[in-house]
Amino acid sequence: MLAEALVLSAILFVIGTFGVLIRRNAIIMFLCVELQLNAVNLSFVALSRYLGIEGQIFVFFVMTVAAAEAAVGLAIIISIFRHYETVNVDNFNLLKW
Amino acid sequence: MTALIDAIAYDSWILHALIWLPLVGIAGVLLISEEKVKEFAFGWTAGLFVLSLGLWWAFDPAGSLFQLTSETPWIELWGVSYALGIDGISLFMILLTTFTMPVAILGAFKYIGERRRAFYALMLLLQTGIVGVFASMDLFLFYIFFELTLVPMYFIVGVWGGERRIYAAVKFFLYTALGSLLMLVGILYLWFQAQAAGAPASFHYLDLVGTPLSLTEQIWLFSAFALAFAIKVPLFPFHTWLPDAHVEAPTPGSVVLAAVLLKLGAYGFIRFVLPFFPDAAVHSTVVMIMLSLGVVGIIYAAWVAAVQPDAKKLVAYTSVAHMGFVVLGIFTVTVNGLQGGLFVMISHGISTGALFLLLGMLYERRHTRLIADFGGLARVAPLMATAFVITALASIGLPGTSGFVGEFLALVGTFEKYPVIAFLGATGVIFAAYYMLPMVQKILFNKLEREENRTMKDLSSREVAVLSPLLILMVVLGVFPTPVLDRMEPGVQAIVQYVDDGARVGPLQEVVRSGEVGPAPADAVWVEEVPPSHEGQAQMLGVGAGLSAPDDAGAGAEARTSMWLGVARNEGPVRRGGDFTGDEG
Amino acid sequence: MSGTVLLNTALGAQEAVGGFDPFLPGLILLLPLLGFAINGALALKAGTRGAAAVRAGSPEPDTTGGDRPATHTLPTWIGPGVMLGAFLLTLVNFVGMFGVELTEPVIRSYWTWMATGALTVEAAIQLDQLSLIMMMVITGVGFLIHVFSVGYMKEDPGYPRYFAYLNLFVFFMLTLVMGANFPMMFVGWEGVGLCSYLLIGFWFQDREKADAGKKAFIVNRVGDFGLLMAMFILFAIFGTLDYQAIFSAAPDALVYGGGAATAIALFLLLGAVGKSAQVPLYVWLPDAMAGPTPVSALIHAATMVTAGVYLVARASVLFALAPVGAAAVATIGAITALFAATIALKQYDIKKVLAYSTVSQLGFMFMGVGVGAYAAGVFHLMTHAFFKALLFLGAGAVIHSMHHALHSTHKEWDAQDMRNMGGLKRFMPVTWITMWVATLAIAGIWPFAGFFSKDEIIWYVGTSAPASVLYTILWGMAIATALLTAFYMTRMMVMTFHGPNRTGQAEAVHLHESPLTMTVPLGILAVLSVFGGWVNVPGSVRESFFGGFGLLPMSDWLDRWLEPVTASADAVRLEQLGAYASTAPVGGGHVMWGAIATGLALAVVLIGARLVSGREIRPAHESEPDTGFGKVLHDKWYVDEFYDRFIVQPILGLSRACWRWIDQVLIDGTVNAVGSVSRGVGWFGSLFQTGQIGTYAFILTLGALVVLGVLIL
Repeated sequence: MLAEALVLSAILFVIGTFGVLIRRNAIIMFLCVELQLNAVNLSFVALSRYLGIEGQIFVFFVMTVAAAEAAVGLAIIISIFRHYETVNVDNFNLLKW
Repeated sequence: MTALIDAIAYDSWILHALIWLPLVGIAGVLLISEEKVKEFAFGWTAGLFVLSLGLWWAFDPAGSLFQLTSETPWIELWGVSYALGIDGISLFMILLTTFTMPVAILGAFKYIGERRRAFYALMLLLQTGIVGVFASMDLFLFYIFFELTLVPMYFIVGVWGGERRIYAAVKFFLYTALGSLLMLVGILYLWFQAQAAGAPASFHYLDLVGTPLSLTEQIWLFSAFALAFAIKVPLFPFHTWLPDAHVEAPTPGSVVLAAVLLKLGAYGFIRFVLPFFPDAAVHSTVVMIMLSLGVVGIIYAAWVAAVQPDAKKLVAYTSVAHMGFVVLGIFTVTVNGLQGGLFVMISHGISTGALFLLLGMLYERRHTRLIADFGGLARVAPLMATAFVITALASIGLPGTSGFVGEFLALVGTFEKYPVIAFLGATGVIFAAYYMLPMVQKILFNKLEREENRTMKDLSSREVAVLSPLLILMVVLGVFPTPVLDRMEPGVQAIVQYVDDGARVGPLQEVVRSGEVGPAPADAVWVEEVPPSHEGQAQMLGVGAGLSAPDDAGAGAEARTSMWLGVARNEGPVRRGGDFTGDEG
Repeated sequence: MSGTVLLNTALGAQEAVGGFDPFLPGLILLLPLLGFAINGALALKAGTRGAAAVRAGSPEPDTTGGDRPATHTLPTWIGPGVMLGAFLLTLVNFVGMFGVELTEPVIRSYWTWMATGALTVEAAIQLDQLSLIMMMVITGVGFLIHVFSVGYMKEDPGYPRYFAYLNLFVFFMLTLVMGANFPMMFVGWEGVGLCSYLLIGFWFQDREKADAGKKAFIVNRVGDFGLLMAMFILFAIFGTLDYQAIFSAAPDALVYGGGAATAIALFLLLGAVGKSAQVPLYVWLPDAMAGPTPVSALIHAATMVTAGVYLVARASVLFALAPVGAAAVATIGAITALFAATIALKQYDIKKVLAYSTVSQLGFMFMGVGVGAYAAGVFHLMTHAFFKALLFLGAGAVIHSMHHALHSTHKEWDAQDMRNMGGLKRFMPVTWITMWVATLAIAGIWPFAGFFSKDEIIWYVGTSAPASVLYTILWGMAIATALLTAFYMTRMMVMTFHGPNRTGQAEAVHLHESPLTMTVPLGILAVLSVFGGWVNVPGSVRESFFGGFGLLPMSDWLDRWLEPVTASADAVRLEQLGAYASTAPVGGGHVMWGAIATGLALAVVLIGARLVSGREIRPAHESEPDTGFGKVLHDKWYVDEFYDRFIVQPILGLSRACWRWIDQVLIDGTVNAVGSVSRGVGWFGSLFQTGQIGTYAFILTLGALVVLGVLIL
């Protein structure tokens, strides 16, 4: 049972990773990050059965942080969109020195 | 006076008040209008000064070494406490600070034209930091205050400064921050070392004094601390940030910088470096290096000062020369030397502060700092000229002024042990005249040639009010220095006896709290109550301490290094994390 | 706190020592200080008023006419007034000390000045025979000069400031001689230097004058450095800086001729050399003539410059214990005396002649105290104070008059150049006569004061000869100097007062005798210049013709008066070197050499007067510059140029090099280089910063994969 859960988690994580790497739309990249987080959550829950309750507690932490992140991240994306009228990350290189 | 002090339990709250009331004042500064803020800031700091005057009576020179002490646990996990207390040395440093602040603010009422609220808020923040440094009995607390002083000064120079203010501010910040980071490493090493020796985790000064350290360790730690303080003092050749900072800083910034901030370094030497690393501090090579740097500073800075075209820069270099006397006095570790060094600090604070105020007043009138732009001012500004001459004379140590007492005692103390150094240092007396008198002449005397100078105004009544207490102090301290010397003497005696005497006995040893041997109670707290979020910090501590290990590589102290790394690693939740990854592997 | 203590004690609350009860000694110090405070406040007020006028662009407010403001009338009374008070108090104490067996000084301690560790320095004054003699000279001559200044400085806008400085000077000078320990003396020592600085640069708008003041202060500080070092050594050896403790312990604590004693003596000598303008630090004194002339009389002739002599006399035991130090004192004195006398031969500025003459006479005093004749040195100090103050004041009167005369037609001539004077005796008879008295005194002609004091010094130098051949040489130098002195002083008098007047027809009518405030002090000093020498006529001389066969009173009075002060030094000297010889190096007794000296001096005066008046002198602007050796003398042996070239300029150059190269290039270069390197590394790292989120994510993943791979494999 654990093995299946972990494999699923790995698959989800890899999908999320590739999504972040390949896609250029900020919203999609954002959703992929969420996917990664939830993949990790899944493995936390699965492992908690063997290693103790802390795993499940961590899932709540992750969810809280993810919610906060979503709020801030989406806000940033919206304000970027208002300014540039696009959410294609290739157009943004303000972070460049 | 004593009765009044007892009646209001002055002892119990004054230090806290002096540290935190400036912060309360910031709230006021931010609420008040831009026009009124300078009066408010002056009133607030002046009130604090009046409050602090009670310390003169509250501190009993015949009483115990540290007085007005208080201690509240703060971060019990690491043994950090909010511990305050003063001895005779810090007493005068605090008084000097509370005195300088209102003077600096009043002296620059016109100088600060824009963003006044921010400026005065930063000045008050600076006061909190400085008083905190002098009143802290806990090294962690001390370090926080020490670093806190950097931030407001950085902005004061960087925002209200002259043309090259950004360069000066960044140089000032990086230079001093570099030194103090090394000191942080040293503090942590000391902390771990004290625990390795069986003491409970504590950053309290009196717990850390007497921590057993090998000579090699002492010399390394000495270097780390000394670098931080030497930059702050500043000691040749770490002084080049000072002229830049002084020249660019606005008048009140320069005044506070010269009068108080430089003293943090010398104070650190006396309070921490000497008692913590006594063997290193009397090690002949170390002493010769420090004394030589002090003497070179005295002569070299005097020479360099003499050829400065910029009056403010000249005075900045004279600070280096004066602080050379302080370093001489400190590292001879004699009562006379230390007393002299401390007295030079007080006297330099007053006279150099006054010089910067005067130069600021000149700048307000003429918008130049170049000596060559002045001349003949004594003709149109006799009051200013009188103040200037008196201040200059106090600065070069004319007997009867405060400058003489300090330099004389410092050199007497030096001569007792190192006659040649004293001989070289005493030539500073000649060179002091060599840098100061030409400037006095070129600014005040000679022909009144320029039209702008001819119409210059003399001191206003506000400026007279700013300068007269300084001038009076210069003379009074020069004629009656004994009350000050008497109050500093017990603290100085304690340090000299503790450091100079190989047996490490004396008043300081008596007040040092003996650490319990065996498993310390703090360790138990560590295991039981540590919340998860502390894990990272604990590890960081371990890493921080580990970083200093290479410093110690030559010391053959590897075993000890791993041992104190173990303090962080082998106990509590940190180990659990380690086990987990181990299983996975 | 201390103010009340000060007053209480000043009022003489303590018990008397040795039967001598000093009368308000603290008040002697307080009076001039009080004068300074009041005059200083008035000066600030007057200065502020003057400043307002300058700002408004109007000329100086008139303070010379009938309606002088209070700031200019009050100092007339306060300045000399406090001096008179101090003089009378000193006189009371002086008389009180007569006939009292006082072997130890009376000490009054007012408060503890500095106390740390083993060092305790009391703010204490001491009264003994030496300090009282000095106080008499300072307050007495000082009072006369204050009075003279009332007339001399009357028209100066800085009148109150002048008196403030002058009072402050007297305060510090009294502190110097009354201090009961070395640091107290040092307060006075540097304090008088400060006042000298302020008074030399009194007319600070003149750059040269301000420069002269600065030079005096800096050169003096070289000497002060020596004094500081001496104090450090004394403290290290004796653990105290009190005179009494040191001097009584010295014969036991210091080895005769040992390194410590020699070092102390030489450092003290450095201090004395600086203050008393001896070779090689004499250069400031001639420049100091930039100050008002009464200042030159008081500070740079009568009192301050003699502080070095006082110091040697005060620390006589220390010098007696260090024969090398004492010999150095005498040698420096002799060299200075001769050297300065040669320069004085060729000066045309009347004040410069007197300045070099002062340097020369100070050399005599040094010779005296250097060979252990402390009383003789102090004796010459005293008589010199009388006649040199008189000479300076006389010169001041001349300059004052010349200045008025030249000013009346706006003639751009130097009022101090003797070539522009001549024949002044017709216009200023009182000045003329009194100055001749002083000239005869300084030339060493019987029975004027200088004869006795100078003769005594030469005699003691000569009779020291058995100790070393050095003293024979010094003796020869001293006699040569005495003759040169007679010549250049005669030259000065003749050029100034005799022959035809060269000032010019229109100007000469404005030449005038000075007002009473100026001539009365001249008269009093002239009397002192005649009789002042009679206080210490040696026994043998007194019995001879020169003593009127015993008619002169007070034989050896000063020797006996100062005996308690110099006793221990005399004892050391007697033990180590034996008594003075009874004849001069080439034979002959005291009386014979006295006769030879005065005869020779008289001859030089007469011949000199004839020589100089025979010469044709033209006004300064028509004169041709000196040539050959005369030019070397006129240009003062080029010592100033030498110092400038080999000391001042190198230090300045070194200072600039330190700043430009060490500070800016080496140290700051390193600091900035550290900054630049950090920036460079940062810039290099930032090249990896594409700004593309995708790139970052890709590299992140790649990194994670690598780490995972490493862990797994």
